[in-house]
Amino acid sequence: MSVKEMTAKEVAKKVINKEELFILDVRNESDFNDWKIEGQNIAILNTPYFDLLDGVEEIMDSIPTNTDVLVVCAKEGSSIFVAEMLSDAGLSASYLKGGMKAWSEYLEPVKIGDLTNGGEIYQFVRLGKGCLSYMIVSDGEAAVIDSTRNPAIYVEFASTIGAKITHVFDTHLHADHISGGRKIAEITNATYWLPPKDAEEVTFEYSPLEGGNVVTIGHTEIDILALYSPGHTIGSTSFVIDGKYLLSGDILFIDSIGRPDLAGLAEDWVGDLRETLYNRYRELSTDLIVLPAHFMIIEELNDDGSVAKQLGTLFAENHGLNIADEAEFRQMVTGNLPPQPNSYQEIRETNMGKITPDDDKQREMEIGPNRCAVR
Amino acid sequence: MNADKLLDAKGLACPMPIVKTKKSMNDLETGQVLEIHATDKGAQADLAAWSRSGGHELVQSTEENGVFKFWIKKG
Repeated sequence: MSVKEMTAKEVAKKVINKEELFILDVRNESDFNDWKIEGQNIAILNTPYFDLLDGVEEIMDSIPTNTDVLVVCAKEGSSIFVAEMLSDAGLSASYLKGGMKAWSEYLEPVKIGDLTNGGEIYQFVRLGKGCLSYMIVSDGEAAVIDSTRNPAIYVEFASTIGAKITHVFDTHLHADHISGGRKIAEITNATYWLPPKDAEEVTFEYSPLEGGNVVTIGHTEIDILALYSPGHTIGSTSFVIDGKYLLSGDILFIDSIGRPDLAGLAEDWVGDLRETLYNRYRELSTDLIVLPAHFMIIEELNDDGSVAKQLGTLFAENHGLNIADEAEFRQMVTGNLPPQPNSYQEIRETNMGKITPDDDKQREMEIGPNRCAVR
Repeated sequence: MNADKLLDAKGLACPMPIVKTKKSMNDLETGQVLEIHATDKGAQADLAAWSRSGGHELVQSTEENGVFKFWIKKG
């Protein structure tokens, strides 16, 4: 029997719609433990393909016969090999096209809402890595914020909705993924903005993004107000869009807060992080909808696949915003740090323009979870 | 390092380097060493894990100009 191919887009739909799926992940154990496809109704079994070279008999009892089975590996080859064996054994099996590499890179665009004077804001959910990026559209113009590595996705999306990208922002110098911001700006002739304090070592031209800057998108004046909010990095900047949305970068997430250590300065920056979260953000309207640059766990997704919540709700529910004692906060943030993202030093250097790895190398540097938060 | 047999798996994509390694191993006696050359990056972690689960010993591995070399002693 032949095996079917399933695309990352189809898997994303199943995750968002909470459909049932059984995944047989045939990567080696350590890669699997590091990072895998997650979903509320996804059951997953890890058996490396090299333990199945003689056949799949040993695992047949662990695989359901009444649901679709998706075989997943790093690139694709081994999953086809195993899916064919499952199919020969009478199961309905498919494989993930492009493997975990494709899953890592797939973006699901979700419309967050309309803007006051006719415009929209879209969130691009990178399910495989937990990265969130944004496009703000108004009157034929668009701005992109915290884009992922592949510029084509944003350029094509803008062209399908008939908008021209005029401004590109990064809220901070990313350490977990390679920014496509500079390339998008080159392709579209847009202005590329970076916070100067994060950009001291960059090797390219950019427009300095500073607190109080107002950038207008479209003739209908959708304002993007930059709000200096250090803590994850020294230059970290948030945006208030249309007086309604707070793009919080890697400072505040839905169920966690940013980590201050990825440039090696945890002790120095934890005070800034507290100042931003406990003073600066407290001065903002609690009605703002928080749109972060990451999610950590699949439970942070809303039913429509978006990751967004009111600031007031986060003040009440997010543990990181509810530690009254400063010493305890300091301890929670610096004493509890998860492992650093894969290749984070090289990723920072790539984002500064200091090194230019080839495409394959860049893809490989990004593999794995983002780990930008502390809970 | 001396090997009893050489397997050239350069240019092959996953799962072939391991499929071929397993076949070549069948021709060796316990204690003999198989040398493998591969270009698939995934082979690195996978060959190490496969050796462990099969009771073999990955004695040495190197990387030179994009070619990964492995020496596995049959267990």
